[in-house]
Amino acid sequence: MSVLLQLALTFGMLSILAVGGGTAVLPEMQTLLAERFNIDHTAFVHIYSIGQLAPGPNMTMVVVFGFQLAGLLGAGVVLLAFFIPSSVLCLSMGRLWQKIGERPWRRAVQNALEPISIGLMCSGVYAVAKAAVVGPLTITLAVATFAVVLLTRVNPVFMILGAGGLGALLMYFFGLR
Amino acid sequence: MHLATNDAKVIATPIPNDTVTTMTTTAPSDAHSSRVAVLVRPTLWQIFFEFLLIGGISFGGGIVAYERILLIEKRQWLSADSFMATLAISQTMPGLNSVNLALLAGDQLRGTMGALAAALGLMLPGGAFVLMVGVAYSAGGQHPFVNILLAGIAAGATGLLASVTYTIGKRHFVRLKSLFMIVATFVLMSVFKLSLVWVLIVMVPIGLYLYRPGQQP
Repeated sequence: MSVLLQLALTFGMLSILAVGGGTAVLPEMQTLLAERFNIDHTAFVHIYSIGQLAPGPNMTMVVVFGFQLAGLLGAGVVLLAFFIPSSVLCLSMGRLWQKIGERPWRRAVQNALEPISIGLMCSGVYAVAKAAVVGPLTITLAVATFAVVLLTRVNPVFMILGAGGLGALLMYFFGLR
Repeated sequence: MHLATNDAKVIATPIPNDTVTTMTTTAPSDAHSSRVAVLVRPTLWQIFFEFLLIGGISFGGGIVAYERILLIEKRQWLSADSFMATLAISQTMPGLNSVNLALLAGDQLRGTMGALAAALGLMLPGGAFVLMVGVAYSAGGQHPFVNILLAGIAAGATGLLASVTYTIGKRHFVRLKSLFMIVATFVLMSVFKLSLVWVLIVMVPIGLYLYRPGQQP
């Protein structure tokens, strides 16, 4: 099967399964990219982190996987595959809902999906942490970012960049991990 | 909370906002338009540029908050009520919440083309950014300094993801029913390593039963 077709199928499926937002599919994406495309967990976490630095929806980082595997065409295929299925579904259901009005079962569906997507986000944290948190230094950087983002109003991007800069210096000069 | 069933109802929906009175006294000509839910039908370019702006400045997340400010305060394209209804749908459907919200808002303003303009505007700056950085990473990713820089950034990103998860989840972690759903989902996904399809096939029916209409969330 050609790489482009396989990329389209993989990200098209992830698009439809992304209940409660893109973060919910992170662990599945990490697994599929490793199994089907040989993208190791470290590269996955690096590219995910690049997305966290970007403005707008962080999950636009999926295009980088497409680019790595099949150039600009691959990036385009992944972008379309990841956004068209969920968008078409959301638009058509959205129009239907506007017509029929609010129903108790819509709230029930949302209530049911919320804890599932939080559970999947926990799996996402676990999956990303397994690849990114590898020693005392990275543990400290992760916990510090977690605390500062929760307790202060500092923009998270500055925290991540700070973690990157400080982390790089300590890793480079003292060999910490 | 009810969704508007037709355009007439949308236009008749007053905005419960004290600025209306101020506007009636200071700018009588705008008074009527400030009281209706969909004030003006923006052009496709206006939709595109407003969402492009959000897509370009929303570093560090919180995009839905920017969209809320744009749609009900800055441009008043939606009433607070229809915004909440639209947000609820965008959270129920698969896909990124911020992108879904842009699609649905654009659709209400200008139909399918409006939806496309909003979603493209929102994703263009970040998409261009990650592609440029991604190309650089793909070319020099094996360089040791790039690797240690990204290792630090990834540690920070893990902390950020954990804090986002905590913020979204905190009122669920303390409820027994929600906690059961969260733990069960996590165990199936991360411990038993089921594929996402199977996790959803198992968990969605359980969730729908536990949260069926009439049950406390």
